[in-house]
Amino acid sequence: MASTEYWNEELETMSRPNLEKLQIERLRKTVEIAQNSPYYSEVFKKYNITPESIKSLEDLQRFPFTTKEDLRSHYPFGLVSVPMEKVVRVHSSSGTTGNPTVVAHSQRDLDQWADQVARCMYMVGCRNTDVFQNTSGYGMFTGGLGYQYGAEKLGAVTVPAAAGNSKRQIKFIMDFGTTIIHAIPSYATRLAEVFYEMGIDPRKDTKLRIFCLGAEPHSEEQRQRIEQLFGIKAYNCFGMSEMNGPGVAFECKEQNGLHIWEDFVIPEILDPVTLQPVPEGEVGELVLTTINREAMPLFRYRTRDLTRFIPGDCPCGRTHRRLDRFKGRSDDMIIVKGVNIFPIQIERILMGFKELGMNYLITIDTVSNNDEMTVEVEVGEDITISDYTKLQNLTKEITRQLKDEILLTPRVKLVEKGSIPQSEGKAVRVKDFRKNH
Amino acid sequence: MTINQISIFLENKFGRLSEILSILRHENIRVIAATVADTSDYGILRIITTDQQKAFQKLIEHKVSANMNEVVAISVDSCIGQLSETIDKFTQAGITIEYMYCFSFNQKSILVIRSSNMAQANEVAQKNNLNTLSEAELINF
Repeated sequence: MASTEYWNEELETMSRPNLEKLQIERLRKTVEIAQNSPYYSEVFKKYNITPESIKSLEDLQRFPFTTKEDLRSHYPFGLVSVPMEKVVRVHSSSGTTGNPTVVAHSQRDLDQWADQVARCMYMVGCRNTDVFQNTSGYGMFTGGLGYQYGAEKLGAVTVPAAAGNSKRQIKFIMDFGTTIIHAIPSYATRLAEVFYEMGIDPRKDTKLRIFCLGAEPHSEEQRQRIEQLFGIKAYNCFGMSEMNGPGVAFECKEQNGLHIWEDFVIPEILDPVTLQPVPEGEVGELVLTTINREAMPLFRYRTRDLTRFIPGDCPCGRTHRRLDRFKGRSDDMIIVKGVNIFPIQIERILMGFKELGMNYLITIDTVSNNDEMTVEVEVGEDITISDYTKLQNLTKEITRQLKDEILLTPRVKLVEKGSIPQSEGKAVRVKDFRKNH
Repeated sequence: MTINQISIFLENKFGRLSEILSILRHENIRVIAATVADTSDYGILRIITTDQQKAFQKLIEHKVSANMNEVVAISVDSCIGQLSETIDKFTQAGITIEYMYCFSFNQKSILVIRSSNMAQANEVAQKNNLNTLSEAELINF
């Protein structure tokens, strides 16, 4: 029975022409609302944008881009499009430099967002019989409340455990019979370690069956490791606070790309330099326009995330296009000796070696006026230490594969387990000590 | 007969050897033989102790990257040509020695030998009546 597969069959499987019609309608409506914001009222005047002038999706090309800088310079409420009495919540990003970015939500926005998250969770098999534990930080970080309301909307039992304190997390998992976990990938790995240290085998001794992995780009190899460690299925989630938070795009059970909900956003993939659309299927920067949000719509927001549309239809029957696994962020990109490198490329190689652990650190430094890259990686459980030849051959093979991938030769250093500091937040993977950086 | 040796992955970091040996000290484990060699990035510490099983388990509990493997320990008289003759036995049998450490005192020498084929190495030692030591004998040597 098809209806048990979809949270909202009509919207999820809508034909492309109908979906586009809905997008145009919603874009027009969103322009109408955004005219009330101090920021967009000026932008629209300057670019002659009115609701009536929106005839097709091509009209989106007439809009200028919105950037994080625009949000910062109109901090906190310069982009709010509704009277403040309609605003019921604000979220903000962790701004390390200057003002943080703030996103305001009306009650309708929050309800829609919860529905969007529920749709994602339902898609991967979560039901109202599940027990959902959220290991995200709550508060201003959207991974906490975003999942909370989504899981409640779905009707699951929610365990808002929040971040950190792994032993307590495990106690809840055992005592409440948790079946679904939301975690960032580096924390999922940490949690597995603590499980095994405590002598509990999460594959046999828990009811866990689904992991929602978000907030950090991670490789297919890392996903598979997490699936093996816990004996679960893990799904990739994409979200960002500027686009509400979690739930913007989510993998279906096919685990081949993340469906981006095109009734919520209009996605474009553009060349980050020319800002022109890339040919279908090629990698570029994801640019998003919200079309189902009233308190703070954003038009052509530059996410800085690099991905591509996966060409073709998905066997799951959903018509919303799929984004490929993220290649990193255009601002995470490190340029070493003129070569563009994304940390995720290095991770993908390292995770292919069963002798290695899951923690690594990339260091870039200037040595006699040259960029030098060092990749430190922890050895894993299965490494054979008894002789040098094996260790040296391993180092050589890692170096060779890295060189094939990133086109320059890093210094590879094997380090002891636990020697790379692990945070319970987002993992630090790159340290750049070069001057002028 | 062969005995167990523990190999430990050592990052080149000041004080790491002390840290590892103190784990054994706190568990009342005596180190009988130890050798450290290094490359520019890391070292391998190889040890034989009074209680290899316990030592191995405690090291793993302290998240030390360690493996246990077999070596053969041979006791010979400490006089000219003895070491040479002993090694010749392995050479004649076509056995490669990967590494070895040895020490002499009280007119005796002890050789600890690791070969890529330990079963064969052990066979050679038996055939040539070499005095191989058990862990217990090594402890009381």
